Amino acid sequence: MIFDYETMRLIWWALLGALLIGFAITGGFDLGVATLLPFLGKNDTERRVIINSVGATWEGNQVWLVTAGGALFAAWPLAYSVAFSGFYLALLLTLSALFLRPLGFDYRSKLPSEKWRRNWDIALFAGGLVPALIFGVAFGNLLEGVPFHFNNEMRIFYTGSFWGLLNPFAIVAGVVSVSMIVMHGGVYLQMKTEGDIYERSKTVVTIFSLITLVVFGLAGIWIANIDGYQISSIVSPNTYSDPLAKTVIKAPGLWLANYGHYPILWFFPVLAFVTGLITLILSKINRPGLAFISSSLTLALIILTAGVSMFPFLIPSSSELNSSLTIWDASSSLSTLKIMLWVTLIFLPIVLTYTSWAFRVLRGKITLDHIHQNDHTAY
Amino acid sequence: MISESIVDLSRWQFAATSLYHFLFVPLTLGLSFLLAIMESTYVMTGKEIYKDMTQFWGKLFGINFALGVTTGLTMEFQFGMNWSYFSHYVGDIFGAPLAIEGLMAFFLEATFVGLFFFGWDKLRKGQHLLVTWLVALGTNLSALWILVANGWMQNPVGADFNYETMRMELSSFGSLLFNPAAQVKFVHTVAAGYTTASAFVLGISAFYMLKGRDAAFAQRSYTIAAGFGLAAILSVIVLGDESGYTDGEVQKAKLAAIEAEWHTEPAPAAFTAIGIPDQDAMETHYAVQIPWVLGLIGTRSIDTPITGLTEILEKNRQRIRNGMKAYSSLQTLRAGQRDEATVAEFNLNKADLGYGLLLKRYTDKVVDATEEQIELATKYSIPRVVPLFWTFRVMVACGFIMLGIFVLAVIASSIRKCRQNWLLRASLYMMPLPWIACESGWFVAEFGRQPWTIAEILPTFLSASSLTELDLYISLASYISLYTIFLVIEMFLMLKFIKQGPSSLHKGRYHFEIAKGASL
Ligand code: HDD
Ligand code: HEM
Ligand code: HEM
Repeated sequence: MIFDYETMRLIWWALLGALLIGFAITGGFDLGVATLLPFLGKNDTERRVIINSVGATWEGNQVWLVTAGGALFAAWPLAYSVAFSGFYLALLLTLSALFLRPLGFDYRSKLPSEKWRRNWDIALFAGGLVPALIFGVAFGNLLEGVPFHFNNEMRIFYTGSFWGLLNPFAIVAGVVSVSMIVMHGGVYLQMKTEGDIYERSKTVVTIFSLITLVVFGLAGIWIANIDGYQISSIVSPNTYSDPLAKTVIKAPGLWLANYGHYPILWFFPVLAFVTGLITLILSKINRPGLAFISSSLTLALIILTAGVSMFPFLIPSSSELNSSLTIWDASSSLSTLKIMLWVTLIFLPIVLTYTSWAFRVLRGKITLDHIHQNDHTAY
Repeated sequence: MISESIVDLSRWQFAATSLYHFLFVPLTLGLSFLLAIMESTYVMTGKEIYKDMTQFWGKLFGINFALGVTTGLTMEFQFGMNWSYFSHYVGDIFGAPLAIEGLMAFFLEATFVGLFFFGWDKLRKGQHLLVTWLVALGTNLSALWILVANGWMQNPVGADFNYETMRMELSSFGSLLFNPAAQVKFVHTVAAGYTTASAFVLGISAFYMLKGRDAAFAQRSYTIAAGFGLAAILSVIVLGDESGYTDGEVQKAKLAAIEAEWHTEPAPAAFTAIGIPDQDAMETHYAVQIPWVLGLIGTRSIDTPITGLTEILEKNRQRIRNGMKAYSSLQTLRAGQRDEATVAEFNLNKADLGYGLLLKRYTDKVVDATEEQIELATKYSIPRVVPLFWTFRVMVACGFIMLGIFVLAVIASSIRKCRQNWLLRASLYMMPLPWIACESGWFVAEFGRQPWTIAEILPTFLSASSLTELDLYISLASYISLYTIFLVIEMFLMLKFIKQGPSSLHKGRYHFEIAKGASL
């Protein structure tokens, strides 16, 4: 049956991944561009070129994140509850940084004051870097397991601390995240600008695509040695969601077990390396449009690599293994998953259609002249 | 047991952040429509001044919109961060409208708002107009879905408790969507947004007229705002119906508390215009009553009685006792003994499970509650009357004052040239009223639902996450300090552009530009 519980859970795992990848690709270049702002823009006009390269579209891009949050809530309410309350202070920090973007983009160029604009530039930089870093650190912590458990009434208890999140492996994951997003932002800027900013962006892409690949490789080697998790009882993907009904073991290297069973999965990390290198080359030979596609693929493949390594885990528990959340035992009811699938099937294509229309209307490079001519309306 | 201070801090935080979000939301809701109306006029008449109006009010819209988005992000994350037991317990139902809101509404408004600001030269006239209408549609759709979610908390239909997963699960999407509580809320809230934006445009236009600046621009804006505003405030006051109050006991308790209706009285009930409610004595001192009016406002009919609080308390006491039985069977079920008899026993009382949970505030085990604890829980099962009584009256008073001014404004602007200074000043000073009414309205809606987050199902104090006090002090301090800074910046920019007026568009034809020889 196509609509049995098991299939629906698989579909929703894929859809959640799709939304996250959607955010990484679209929201990702906004974060990257904002992070690069103080380094690539040497004067006010240049900085305005950089800001206006994303000015009209960042808002729609951010909705990928908002919707991914909503979809996590609707499809995996337990995962939403555990992750958001567990990573409380880290999310507070992310939120505070994200706050700075709407205000930074919209308010910065409304006043001519030098100081006003400098301060918003710093705010935008923080609004790009901090979320990119924390998303990566959070992913790293998911791979390591999160210390939480439930009581019999399914109340969640988180026993970790904020500083515990900042362990070496998680920081490496954070570096992967930041560097790939900076690379992506660089490629995007190459596509949307010309002259000096274009040349500087090219250098950025070269450096950060290499950092991304090296650190991604390092994380891969590391992951073979840290504890991975595995369900050790019989998996029942077709029954109601009760995370306490199964048993889980952890041991070094288990995150690679899926690759042992299905060697075809090596496709994801290997291809991530290939597309990463292709991005570098395309950027060098001045084909930014193609480089953008290739860098988007790189981001998608890196996220997919993390996803398939962990499958079917959503959030493993390091303190009470059996409390771990997997896609089989943390989902919404079958009827909610079904209704939400219909809604998604109807609206996602519509969203993609008008989003591409908007990007097409706004295509073309942002130039210094453009800023001079639109001094009062451009961001 | 859950610490009271964590719950209190979480409540303060939610109240502060959501009331703050709702400072910006109503202006976005209404102004997006006004922009669409102005631009439609531009496209139909071809007169540049209407384009200038769209762009100038659009600038102010943008300044407001940025903070709407900023504070909305907090809302989206906050359920998981601060109300994780709530999120687990009802996520199966509650998450859906939130996700649909993102997919159907936020994408729409956020994508097209970019084109609204940056598409003037890139789109044909008609295309740009379509974009503006889509922004308006998107914002209003977002209100629809969030109010479906919020309406469900007030009147949780179409859902059923599942002891295997220990949570509520969706049984009918249709009931969730067509929940009468949500529909009433949607009409009232959206119309409140239109009122807010109209009062905003009306007040600022009146300011320009008082200063004798940009007469043509101000006059036209004033006329549009007056007409739209009158329609809006009439909808706020007149539309909607009593259906939201007919279903659950909680909604009835809320209505009775708003009215300080201590005992059921024969319909149509009298409206206590003012008085001093006394919850311990269960009576209202010095009450000034107006016959019939309560029945009309509260139920919008003359033959529906309003249930009194004494009668509601009586019922709740019984339901708490049933809830203890339900809780006892639930424990057996959760311990793994899931035979037919236990399930049947549980199903018999499960509608009152939530009332049993009210006892958790006084004892961990629930089944061992003493008579005294039952009494405490009963007393606690209705909201506090005094704050509700007064905030409701503030909202209604704001509503009637605005109604009066909008009526006069419509009359004045239809008799051309008739510009009384006192009316313009009244229009200007009226500006804070819609915000006061909106904030009071949310207070009534949310505080009136206490002690529940999900009416009759999940008590507020169980909903909170198991955080530490330190976590909450840190987050509360961050939100308060950041939000204060943001508000100062926003007000500063807003006032700056309001003072500049349409001259800020640099079209060369407005007050300061003419005065200074277009050098601005
Ligand atoms: C009646 C209307 C209404 C109500 C009750 C709420 N909102 Fe809101 N929200 C809006 C009406 C709105 C809006 C008019 O659509 C906003 C305001 C300004 C804006 O940019 O869009 C918005 C923005 C907004 C955003 C930013 C969207 C973006 O990125 O474009 C988010 C994530 C939320 N809201 C989430 C929430 C949540 C989780 C709420 C529940 C507690 C909530 N809002 C209450
Ligand atoms: C923008 C719209 C909203 C406003 C202005 C608003 C206002 C408030 C206020 C004033 C309180 C404090 C009540 C008290 O503590 O006594 C509150 C609490 C709360 N509200 Fe709302 N609310 C809004 C939307 C929502 C929505 C949509 C939900 C759920 C989907 C929600 C859920 C809650 C919860 C969980 C609490 C905390 C528990 C409580 O103290 O009542 N609110 N809200
Ligand atoms: C003059 C007559 C008015 C009456 C009789 C009235 C009635 C009510 C009632 C009974 C509620 C509580 C709804 C609930 O049970 O959850 C409410 C909520 C609310 N009111 Fe009013 N109101 C009036 C005017 C206004 C005005 C003028 C505004 C703003 C411009 C406003 C804005 C709101 C808002 C934002 C809410 C919260 C959302 C909701 O629950 O619908 N109201 N109103």
